[in-house]
Amino acid sequence: MKKYRILIAKPGLDGHDRGAKVVAHALRDAGFEVIYTGLRQTPEQIVKTAIQEDVDLIGLSILSGAHLQLSKKVIELMKKEGIASIPVFVGGIIPPDDVPKLLEIGVARVFGPGTPLSKIVQEVREVLEGVASTSES
Amino acid sequence: MNHKQIAKFITLIENEPERARQVLKDLPRKTCPVIGFTGSPGVGKSTLIDQVIARLRSMNKTVAVVAVDPSSPFSQGAFLGDRVRMKKHFLDEGVFIRSMASRGALGGLNESIYDVVELLEAAGFDYVLVETVGVGQAEVEVRYVADVVVLVLSPGFGDEMQLLKAGVMEIADIYVVNKSDLAGNDSLYDQLIGFLTFAGRDVSSVVKTSALNGSGVEELVDKMTTLWKTLVETGRLKQLRRERSRHHAETLARRTLQKYLSLVDSEDPYKAVESALRSMCERLKNGQGGGT
Repeated sequence: MKKYRILIAKPGLDGHDRGAKVVAHALRDAGFEVIYTGLRQTPEQIVKTAIQEDVDLIGLSILSGAHLQLSKKVIELMKKEGIASIPVFVGGIIPPDDVPKLLEIGVARVFGPGTPLSKIVQEVREVLEGVASTSES
Repeated sequence: MNHKQIAKFITLIENEPERARQVLKDLPRKTCPVIGFTGSPGVGKSTLIDQVIARLRSMNKTVAVVAVDPSSPFSQGAFLGDRVRMKKHFLDEGVFIRSMASRGALGGLNESIYDVVELLEAAGFDYVLVETVGVGQAEVEVRYVADVVVLVLSPGFGDEMQLLKAGVMEIADIYVVNKSDLAGNDSLYDQLIGFLTFAGRDVSSVVKTSALNGSGVEELVDKMTTLWKTLVETGRLKQLRRERSRHHAETLARRTLQKYLSLVDSEDPYKAVESALRSMCERLKNGQGGGT
């Protein structure tokens, strides 16, 4: 019986984690095991946590404007550590012009302000089940 | 084993225990101190563990931590937040931290805990620290998993009546009065000494700590280590480990029977158990194995 584990992390220096907590709570209520690591994490700390917790998905919450740099660094480190197959979602204050750039870096989904929680839960489920079916085949 | 292998292995133990067992039985058996931390929600267990890790690392010891938080009885989901307190150790190669959801287990831990602890011992850590969910009065499984149990209390815990209750208060080897930087810690300390004296127990098992500023942590680690050494020297550790296997077996038995029970369609609970046992025996007789 597979139980999905999700890391919700806040990289960088912004000090607002209400959004990350709301998303973590919604994922918990949708039946996921959510690991929450709190504010001001470095990309290195996030990747190490993802390894030790053996998570199936990483959600980055970024409100500081540094989403391009931080997401890029996290994904580079994930490649280096051999865990690049774990999908990465980004949520936060993301200008629409930056969404394609994030997707190009390797981010699987981007959620801006006002995204309904049900949409996040649904897409998490879709991506996880997609990953599970490709790894089994 | 590197951290990634250990992490993957724990996932296997949690999701497919039978398959995990096949691999686990080939690993070298090793023994290290397994220290359990229990106590009510918010008394500072995770923060105290953070300080204990720092102390053990300053002694050049490697540390594995398993921190359990509750699963939802409604969604089966979980919010695992113990790591938040242990951030400063995330990049230390000598520290491995894993969060676990209780997944319906009622004793304050998770059914897989026995295999996970065995794995972490086999992986060669010098210390394994196990943190239970925030407990009430009766979640005592940590007694069977850990060699040394640390009960963490903090001011505001309640009056002397709480100390007299059976259950969690009885299972500790070390009593910690945490948040010693807060008012009210002296009276809790005094009540605890009184309670232990009354019970004919060793009052030197009480330590005052402040996980906030680290005071008392060195004394706590000394006590943990000394106690474990005594367990080894007196042969008591062997007995504890036998009890641990016994409880592990009970957990497996419960899980196996539950599996058969879930296939039974009967409104009479006694008959349901009987037919579950019957179908299990049938399967064993046919040489198919009971399956845990």
